[in-house]
Amino acid sequence: MALEAGKARTILALTAPAYLWLALTVFLPLAVMLYFSFLTVTPLGGRVAEFTLTNYTDFFTKRIYWFNAWRSLEMGFYVTALCLLFAYPAAFFLAKWIAGRWREAIFLLIILPFWSNALVRTFSWTMVLREPVGLLFTYPAILIGLVHAYLPYAILTIYVSLQAIDDRLIEAATSLGASPRQTFARVILPLSMPGVLSAVFLIFVPVIGSFMEPRILGGKNAIMLGPIIEGEFVSAFNWPLGSALSFVMLAIVLLALIAGSPLLKRYADLA
Amino acid sequence: MTRDGARVWGAGLYLGLMLAFLYLPIVVMIVMAFNRSPLYELPFVFDLVWFKALATNDRLLQASFNSLWIALVTAAIATVLGMLAAYAFARYEFRAKRTLQVLLFPPITIPWLIVGTSMLVFFFWTGIGRGLHAILLGHVALALPYVIVVIGARFQAVDASLEEAALTAGASPWQAFTRITLPLLAPGLIAAALFAFAVSFDQFVISYFLAPPGVSTLPVEIYSAIRKGFTPEINAVSALIILLSMGLMLIVARFYKFGGER
Repeated sequence: MALEAGKARTILALTAPAYLWLALTVFLPLAVMLYFSFLTVTPLGGRVAEFTLTNYTDFFTKRIYWFNAWRSLEMGFYVTALCLLFAYPAAFFLAKWIAGRWREAIFLLIILPFWSNALVRTFSWTMVLREPVGLLFTYPAILIGLVHAYLPYAILTIYVSLQAIDDRLIEAATSLGASPRQTFARVILPLSMPGVLSAVFLIFVPVIGSFMEPRILGGKNAIMLGPIIEGEFVSAFNWPLGSALSFVMLAIVLLALIAGSPLLKRYADLA
Repeated sequence: MTRDGARVWGAGLYLGLMLAFLYLPIVVMIVMAFNRSPLYELPFVFDLVWFKALATNDRLLQASFNSLWIALVTAAIATVLGMLAAYAFARYEFRAKRTLQVLLFPPITIPWLIVGTSMLVFFFWTGIGRGLHAILLGHVALALPYVIVVIGARFQAVDASLEEAALTAGASPWQAFTRITLPLLAPGLIAAALFAFAVSFDQFVISYFLAPPGVSTLPVEIYSAIRKGFTPEINAVSALIILLSMGLMLIVARFYKFGGER
């Protein structure tokens, strides 16, 4: 009994610092922001706030909010789809066709840029897309910048899952008479689904929440939910509305992932 | 054989195109940092004028100093706190373990925009306020989940029985930890600290919401410069940041194998 209590104390002492820190900086703030989202005004500087649902109903009644949420969602789909489309062959070639030192070198080259500052990488596209290319401050510019930012994530996660596939399974399929296309559709693709799924998760969520890339590359065309939320906090100072829009964004992300998961899971179950 | 050769060449070509896409803007930006024209005009004339301008730009230098300092302190705090938590997860079985591990996901999966704005709201509301201390609080929180995972992975390679052997041989728990566990854990600790440093040094969104007027980190300063209009000095400092983070990443790669066994 005394031993158990001692063990509990040790575990508490070991985990408490990290988790108190997270509580103070992530969990409590989210709770307080949820509370703010139901208020009429920001309750600071002596202003008296009342309870309201207006901030949430505004999202559905005012076109600017739901329309831009839709645009964010659309951008999330496009960026995720393009990343998967480009990343899958790259990951496949790297995992199955290229070997040895070349593989190691290319792999390192692919993940290197994604550890350099995201802001700087976004900024670097303004040099390429300005005149004479003339794409800067357009919708495609935002798309290009975001695909560039998240492509390495997709290559990395898909590569890891392809790498884990036992080559003997592929050989078995071939020797049993499967065509290369059948082998790919029935063996390789289903087995690499965990990597594809984590790529979807790692790309879709941050793209929906992006505001810096649309602002820098989209200029006035940066009409998405992220920049609107940023504006409510930084320039409009309507914190309750910004808070409500943030939680709507969280709900959208969750719903989209829940809606998409059976579809993707069915694919994974084909194996 | 020739068919295999063609296949490898095709794969190489495709990967080459992907790399070209990934590196094109970075290379263009670095080249422009050495171009004399302030409007990015061609033809290219080599000049170090923007790097010299950088050396006298007090705002950027102060912001760089802030960024470095915050990244160092973040790395130190996150590594120590993360090591304690990872130790508890690796050496003890307890009921709340699963819950605690799941709680590591929200800080890294919820969009930074939302985490950052909620910190802004909470810190204002409680009187913690904005400033470098607030930025530090936020950066440690973002780095902690990664640190716990990285150190946790290393703990699996450290045999618990070695520690027990030291204890039976008469070592105090502290001695067993510092003499046996810590040295074996060192590669994981170094990787985690570098990771935390990189997370903090590159972090823009959280810092952006928590920086009051007049106080900034390097990414925040760069962002406001970009928003105000282009300046080649930003290219120069960006080129330095890219080279620094890539160098750091190469060091991390030495300590920590990414992408599993290759």
